[in-house]
Amino acid sequence: MSNAAPTAKPHPKLQPHFHSMEQQLEASTLGMWVFLVTEVMFFGGMFMAYLVYRNMYPHAWVEASHELNWQLGGLNTMVLIMSSLTMALAVRAAMLGQKRGQLVNLSLTILLGCVFLVVKFFEYKAKFEHHLVPGPHFDPTLEQGMQIFFSLYFMLTGVHAAHMIIGIVMMTIILTMAARDSFNAEYYTPVEVAGLYWHFVDIVWIFLFPLLYLLGRHGA
Amino acid sequence: MSSSLPLFPLSASTVSGEVDTLFFFILGVSAFFAILVSALMLYFTFKYRSKKAGDAGADIHGSLTLELIWTGIPFILAMVMFVWGAQLFFTMAKPPADAMDIFVVGKQWMWKVQHPEGVREINEMHVPINRPVRLTLGSEDVIHDFFIPAFRVKMDVVPGRLTTMWFTATTVGEYHIFCGQYCGTRHSGMIGTVVAMMPDDYEAWLAGGRTTGSAVQNGERLFTDLSCITCHKADSSGRGPTLGGVFGSTVQLNDGRRILADENYLRESIMTPQAKVVQGFQPIMPTFQGLVSEENLMQLIAYVKTLKPAETAPVPVKK
Amino acid sequence: MNDATVHQEPSYLGAPYGLAAWLLTKDHKRIAILYLISITIFFAIGAGFAATIRAELVTPQGDLVTADLYNKLFTLHGVVMIFFFLIPSIPAVLGNFFIPIMIGAKDLAFPRINLLSWYIYVIGAVITLSVVISGGLDTGWTFYAPFSSISSNTDVTTAAVGVFITGFSSILTGFNFIVTVHRMRAPGMTWFRLPLFVWANYATSLIFILGTPVVAITVLLVAAERGLHLGIFDPRIGGDPVLFQHLFWFYSHPAVYIMILPGMGVISELVANVSRKQIFGYSFVAFSSIAIAIIGFLVWGHHMFVSSQSIYAGLVFSIITMLVAVPSAVKTFNWTATMYRGSITWDSPLFWVLGFMGLFLVGGLTGLFLGTMGLDVHLHDTYFVVAHFHYIMVGGGVTAFLGGLHFYWPKMTGRMYSEPLAKVSAMLVFFGFNLTFFPQFILGYMGMPRRYHAYPPEFQVLNVMSTGGAMVLGTGYFLILIYLLYSLFKGPKAPANPWGATGLEWQLQSPPITHNFHEIPVVTEEAYDYLHAPAPQLAIPASPREVTHE
Repeated sequence: MSNAAPTAKPHPKLQPHFHSMEQQLEASTLGMWVFLVTEVMFFGGMFMAYLVYRNMYPHAWVEASHELNWQLGGLNTMVLIMSSLTMALAVRAAMLGQKRGQLVNLSLTILLGCVFLVVKFFEYKAKFEHHLVPGPHFDPTLEQGMQIFFSLYFMLTGVHAAHMIIGIVMMTIILTMAARDSFNAEYYTPVEVAGLYWHFVDIVWIFLFPLLYLLGRHGA
Repeated sequence: MSSSLPLFPLSASTVSGEVDTLFFFILGVSAFFAILVSALMLYFTFKYRSKKAGDAGADIHGSLTLELIWTGIPFILAMVMFVWGAQLFFTMAKPPADAMDIFVVGKQWMWKVQHPEGVREINEMHVPINRPVRLTLGSEDVIHDFFIPAFRVKMDVVPGRLTTMWFTATTVGEYHIFCGQYCGTRHSGMIGTVVAMMPDDYEAWLAGGRTTGSAVQNGERLFTDLSCITCHKADSSGRGPTLGGVFGSTVQLNDGRRILADENYLRESIMTPQAKVVQGFQPIMPTFQGLVSEENLMQLIAYVKTLKPAETAPVPVKK
Repeated sequence: MNDATVHQEPSYLGAPYGLAAWLLTKDHKRIAILYLISITIFFAIGAGFAATIRAELVTPQGDLVTADLYNKLFTLHGVVMIFFFLIPSIPAVLGNFFIPIMIGAKDLAFPRINLLSWYIYVIGAVITLSVVISGGLDTGWTFYAPFSSISSNTDVTTAAVGVFITGFSSILTGFNFIVTVHRMRAPGMTWFRLPLFVWANYATSLIFILGTPVVAITVLLVAAERGLHLGIFDPRIGGDPVLFQHLFWFYSHPAVYIMILPGMGVISELVANVSRKQIFGYSFVAFSSIAIAIIGFLVWGHHMFVSSQSIYAGLVFSIITMLVAVPSAVKTFNWTATMYRGSITWDSPLFWVLGFMGLFLVGGLTGLFLGTMGLDVHLHDTYFVVAHFHYIMVGGGVTAFLGGLHFYWPKMTGRMYSEPLAKVSAMLVFFGFNLTFFPQFILGYMGMPRRYHAYPPEFQVLNVMSTGGAMVLGTGYFLILIYLLYSLFKGPKAPANPWGATGLEWQLQSPPITHNFHEIPVVTEEAYDYLHAPAPQLAIPASPREVTHE
């Protein structure tokens, strides 16, 4: 059927090994989903460790989650949910070819991502001051298991923050592309794919927040 | 077989013969299929050698019957092996009730062996034959693995927990102990000898050994020195639960769980007291991590195991 | 349709020309060649470590190298061979080159990411191997905690970071393959017309994307424990070292299937070709690959029967392990049945097929011994295990890789190698391999533990045999390197379809043009339609054009 290379002028963004824009978009979107599956497995390893140790040290887990600032965590959760909304609006603006909507929403997404990181920075700083960072300076009076909680806390939130930074870099690139009118109703693959990534990083946080900040509180 | 080229390990425990039988069963099945498939392939290679370049083979696409047969037969054979191996594993995992205890501690790179009577050895382990021996294994640093090929037994020695293994030697002799789990520079030097002796010889050997008190005596002394006794009193007046008869009983924890008080529970309660707190008690016990060595720990546990329930509170025999 | 003998267009090898054009290429075929060159280098490095290990083990005393050096040698042998040779071997070289061609695509879905995966691989490898300068690595390739996290004095952090980075190379390759197979198939190329090589690589890609991230995060946790004191497995603060083993083997057991599944795919192609016959039970062979990939994720605990995991967990892992043997057996029987009433050509691919079958049978069947709990107690961590996984990964995986490399060499390079030398080296590899590793089964049952620098004297004779075999095996591999390199310069030009094989790849000229196809082909036949295949043609027939040259 559509085996022949497109004889009409191909879209300038069509790479030569694809035969149509639909194929190109489908491949990119499927690619991002597959990549997100690997990301799920990546965090999955750490969630597994979290579950095992939570079961091993239930009491220490309660104690440790009391050391976390749930207000700041909750604030960050709101910030990320907002950023997911602006991201979705940016994708919609790209599909409709609205340049202003793309620029505004992408900038807001980047801004909210930065707010998240700044809040995170202050949370980390407080942990250093309270001797809650694992290692030789960890408060030795705390009960066994709490150090592991904080090791996992820093690994999980640290890896998540690294993903946020990558996402912000990605959004900055998309923003400059949008400023150059790169996207329209026929070609908006990069915005859509970057959006998937952004939503995924948000969803990871939606799991991290209750697991680290809230679950222990309920038990107490 | 000449003695210069042994091809089969010595067999000197009650399970080693059973392991060998299973080994030969799987070897037989494997050899049958390996030879069958290889012979068929070679036969076809010669029989159906291409006569003329470009000839195609017969137009055969497959056969559901054959597929079902050669899915079914390997499946059945594999399940036979699984059940047989699992049964043997259960035998090897459950020590008989009348087994004598020996404590083994692994550290980079030596084995420290302690008999209940107090005799200690390094890289040697004397055992009587025809009597089940139960080893309690602990590690002071990294993971090791206590392996006696002639007995066909092996168990990892994991830091942070106690593991157990057991065997009954059947033949007098000296056998290798190897460390099976890679543990650093002198891993291949972490070897030793099991000396299996006639029971009378073993008793004589024990009597001649230098001893610093039996494991239980040492444990009792530690129980006082570390002030365990100030809280864990023989009657129920202490701040901690009384330990009489605790070993082997089911303990009710303050978070609702009920668990069996085995060696690992006792070990954990000394090293990580907050992890499992008995119902009705406060989590006030300090950790003894870093204060007691693995050897001391085993002595303490040996002592706690001997504690009987207080006279006033008879063993609760419920129906 | 195919007029390659008359007219050769410029191939992907020549245009554009120059080192920069190669290092910045997006052509999947060139990236495959870049991978081929790099894995050959790493194979040579890993083989050098292996040779030193075998030389040390000639005598029972540890006299050739110190214990520390010996530990570093076997660690780097394992790390290099597994992460930098075996895992990328068939997927990244043969898969990269042939998956797009076999499904009728002009390239993989993401050519730039494909190139990126090669760079990540090289960067990861260089970082990992930099530990040779910064103090070595002595943890074993398994990085077991707490030895790796609190005891080893070597540069574990750097190595772990290197392995972590390399993991992304596998992830990107797997993800590229999955998207390509889903979205880039030519019209008419239905799933059940795909060559089995594509099925096998698809199954492998599933493992890449599901398993690799877990081992990546696991080694990262070890690095964080050493570098940042984020203790997760440290028993001194209440951590559980056995959890490390669970996380590690969750990937690393499926990783074994990464090393053998693509090999099974290669053998399916070769068996059909040497028999000149449709593969017996196509769908059973295809689905057995998927079954192995999926069931393979549920067996990791069989590495831990004596690690103090619960015996009931052990039971579950044991029974699933025995189940995963069944699809492998199904494949073996199907390959054998394919040869029945075939028209067997006695060219060099046949020798690789027979060599693979002999070695894979032994490797697979000895897995049954290890999956059986009561027997594994004795065999665990002995040379029996060493022999078993070398039979699978080297006897199976590397033999299949070499078979595939020989089969596809004319297509990839446009040159023919010496057929007699290829047959000789296939036999040298087979006999050398058996002499090296069969004695290790006996050593293992006798109780010789692995990773021993010195050993009791009664094990010496078998160890000497093993080292002798390693010399034969090494000669075989070296011979292959020599005549393949020689063929590049002096080998006769290859025809388009020297083996008279089916498949889109053989309808292209040798070597293919940059975008593989001028027009995307339309597929109308099932795979392995040997009833309509051309006759083998190992040399270009003297054509009028060539006559005029002389």
